[in-house]
Amino acid sequence: MRYLPLTDTDRTEMLARIGAPDVDALFVDVPEVARLDGPIHGLPMHASEMAVEQHMRRLSDKNLAAGDAAFFLGAGAYRHHVPASVDHIIQRGEFLTAYTPYQPEIAQGTLQMLFEFQSQVARLYGCAVANASMYDGSTACWEAISMAGRVTRKSRAVLADGLHPHYVSVVDTMAKFTGDTILSATPKLDAGCDEDALIAQIDDQTSCVVVQYPDILGRLPDLAKIAEVAQAKGALLIAVNTEPVALGAIASPGELGADIVVGEGQALGVGLQFGGPYLGLFAVRNPKHVRQMPGRLCGETVDAEGKRGFVLTLSTREQHIRREKATSNICTNSGLCALAFSVHMTLLGEKGLRALAMENHRLACLAADRLATVPGVTVINDSYFNEFTVTLGTDARDVVRKLSDDGVLAGVSLGRLYPDADGLANGLLVAVTETTSEDDIEMLASALEEALGVEVSA
Amino acid sequence: MSAPNASGWKPGIPTAGDTPAGPATATGNRALMLEEPLIFELAGNDTTGVDMPEPDNAAPNRLGGRERSAPIGLPGLSEPETVRHYTRLSRQNYAIDLGLFPLGSCTMKHNPRLNEKVARMPGFLDCHPLTPTQSAQGALEVIHQLGEWLKTLTGMPAVAMSPKAGAHGELCGILAIRAALEARGDARKVILCPESAHGTNPATAAFAGYEVEDIPANANGRVDLAALEARLGPDVAGVMITNPNTCGLFEPDFRKIADAVHAAGGFVYCDGANFNAIVGRVRPGDLGVDAMHINLHKTFSTPHGGGGPGSGPVVFSEALAPYAPLPFVEQLGDGSFHLVEEETAGEHHAKSFGRMTAFNGQMGMFTRALTYILSHGADGLRQVAEDAVLNANYVLRSLEDVLHAPFAHSGPCMHEALFGDKNFTGGLSTLDLAKGLIDEGYHPMTMYFPLVVHGAMLVEPTETESKAALDQFIMALRSVAERANAGDPTLKTAPHFAPRRRLDETQAARKPLLAWSDPALV
Repeated sequence: MRYLPLTDTDRTEMLARIGAPDVDALFVDVPEVARLDGPIHGLPMHASEMAVEQHMRRLSDKNLAAGDAAFFLGAGAYRHHVPASVDHIIQRGEFLTAYTPYQPEIAQGTLQMLFEFQSQVARLYGCAVANASMYDGSTACWEAISMAGRVTRKSRAVLADGLHPHYVSVVDTMAKFTGDTILSATPKLDAGCDEDALIAQIDDQTSCVVVQYPDILGRLPDLAKIAEVAQAKGALLIAVNTEPVALGAIASPGELGADIVVGEGQALGVGLQFGGPYLGLFAVRNPKHVRQMPGRLCGETVDAEGKRGFVLTLSTREQHIRREKATSNICTNSGLCALAFSVHMTLLGEKGLRALAMENHRLACLAADRLATVPGVTVINDSYFNEFTVTLGTDARDVVRKLSDDGVLAGVSLGRLYPDADGLANGLLVAVTETTSEDDIEMLASALEEALGVEVSA
Repeated sequence: MSAPNASGWKPGIPTAGDTPAGPATATGNRALMLEEPLIFELAGNDTTGVDMPEPDNAAPNRLGGRERSAPIGLPGLSEPETVRHYTRLSRQNYAIDLGLFPLGSCTMKHNPRLNEKVARMPGFLDCHPLTPTQSAQGALEVIHQLGEWLKTLTGMPAVAMSPKAGAHGELCGILAIRAALEARGDARKVILCPESAHGTNPATAAFAGYEVEDIPANANGRVDLAALEARLGPDVAGVMITNPNTCGLFEPDFRKIADAVHAAGGFVYCDGANFNAIVGRVRPGDLGVDAMHINLHKTFSTPHGGGGPGSGPVVFSEALAPYAPLPFVEQLGDGSFHLVEEETAGEHHAKSFGRMTAFNGQMGMFTRALTYILSHGADGLRQVAEDAVLNANYVLRSLEDVLHAPFAHSGPCMHEALFGDKNFTGGLSTLDLAKGLIDEGYHPMTMYFPLVVHGAMLVEPTETESKAALDQFIMALRSVAERANAGDPTLKTAPHFAPRRRLDETQAARKPLLAWSDPALV
């Protein structure tokens, strides 16, 4: 077996040193009924590298890769071009095969990278401090609500109707067990967000208001207006961002008054990967809130010779020290995805991120204008960044499935995201990034013309 | 102490005064040991390593008045500068690729590169989580195949694939237990954990709304069965027990513990962090487990990546299977694969306790883990457990004369060898030994865990180390242990040869500096 270096001679010599007659003697504590006497039946035996690669290639080929289609899916996961050097750097063994940096003297590479990552995220979000990452945006969202409960000592969270429905599901799932009260609603297909309806739900028992920005339909809510009311009632504003590239074009949530900003960092460096691993981002505007944060934090310090160095710090918040009193149970986070994000962000820099954001927006406007000319298609949004909602006059799920067979991945149907909301079934989320060509937009428009035309005449 | 290393050069034992100081350098560099500034100190805001079209100010603007006006303050570097920055940083890290990484309970085994290649195949890497399922049949088949392997290897009938890491898997298991208890109208309040448990166990139970109580250990480092039985009752929702446990020992009474917990109406959660010791040789399902997470980043070799990503699928017993979270993959009668999520769940899955993450779990880890499993096969995985256990026992028996081995009397260990600091003199501690091991070119073992042994040192060599590599490690650890036993004061100031000397963690915590700020503005 190519990954196992011991030879039979080694094994014999080692057993002699141990004083055991055979390897079975090392498993003496296992009750006899639970010992398997040979390889588990019904499973294949070991295979060569070539054979395994061929098997996996066949499985990969059964998927329609985004790059092989005209591609418009978003809804919390975005396809961007990842520079080749990002993947090269994350495959360096010193990053790939390192552990959580518990021994800082020999982990300065990971620690300095995390410090840079935290600094980049804090700046992008307009916050004071970001942590070293969470699993993904949805779990970071629940952790933020949980943190708001610790800060305010209240347990009633108000979710804006534009929060990603899967994030709402994660929050509802956790709240069932913690006893928090969660107020949520299904969005309406309106051109703008209804901040007033959200504000009306905030009272003095509210721990936090959770607002996605841009929201699930691509709209851009007025965070500053919500922040003002929330804070006047003693609640925190949690802003959720699922598309970090947007923040190259629109004001950061922290600037607009959000107290906690969380999000999905997948769009930069990480890739689509059918949903994971992704990268949860978590930041706070007020440095006083740091000790209530979940997850790992990397901080600057000095070594015994006075040289600058970095360590994991404030670990008295964490499970390995505080056990059942920890701020979260999180241990392993998304370190390598944080590296990918950070490298991609370093390559972009301020200038590149802003240009990338404007290119996304330009193409999205182009797509929206073209789709608006398709009979039966209505663009809902009056504002958006790189994703917007259209209605098709027919169930979008059927259209998406039909177009997929023709090599057009048209978008995410609202029927899939909101199966119980009949009023949304005709809605389709269309995301456009720098990877979308004008030809792709034309292909989508023509395919919709054909599909909806057939629909009308049938 | 004179085993030659790979180059044939014979190392000596350093003594005080051996440290080669040499002259100061103008750069602070020492040949290949290169200092590297922060990106914020290297770069301005005008450079970029990505070519984009210049923004067109005449283009339509639909940002609805939310335009950013203030600068973000993000530094940018060209590609050559970027590659150099991160390459220089990488050289300040220890990693499995550089040497044996004996971090107990973390299973730092070799990460096969085929797995990396497979995870980057376009059908896996470039596939959207919400793509229509007809265009993701291969991805769903990977999840299904891996799930079938995990069920077979554990002897459990169901699996939830979406948990994102070990602790997330623990949460999944505990939420299923709570959902099952609530479904029968049973509001139990307490979860029992051994004192030796990973910190994530009590943290998870508390996160899920439970009170946590300790179970004591007996003199052999195992759960005290009598004490556990005495504590069981109608308020106990279940137990969380790691097996093999965090002392590196198999719990021989696990089946009896499970039977007692079940008889008292509770459920058995097994922390599967140490599954590497028994994979292919023992099925946890035969021991009465109701739920167990599997760290794909441990047993199934997906890379640790400097702190993740991980992946923590959870296998379930029949009793808990109906409560498993969405989404999950089912194979239909026509052989195609189907993703059960909110849209498609229906009444058939009405008992599911909900959703743990936005999408489908750690697909990038699934492809790697399945590749690893297919490479090993049923025979290779069994050999993994045997060699892992053999290597750990070899370390234990090679060092028990110099390092206190608290449970060595009770028989063989499993995949990790546990030592304590009892023999050290001169005020030296486990931390000092660990830092001395850094100077010998090794990442230290897990320190001060489990909590039940004073100055614990948990050594997990894994099966991917050769005998020669083990011999050299044993030689190095023996040397440092002898120095610690003799009270060598130079250990107190180790490491001497790492990129940094000991770092001041107290200052870091007292005055936290958690993000870069421009010194000109402070």
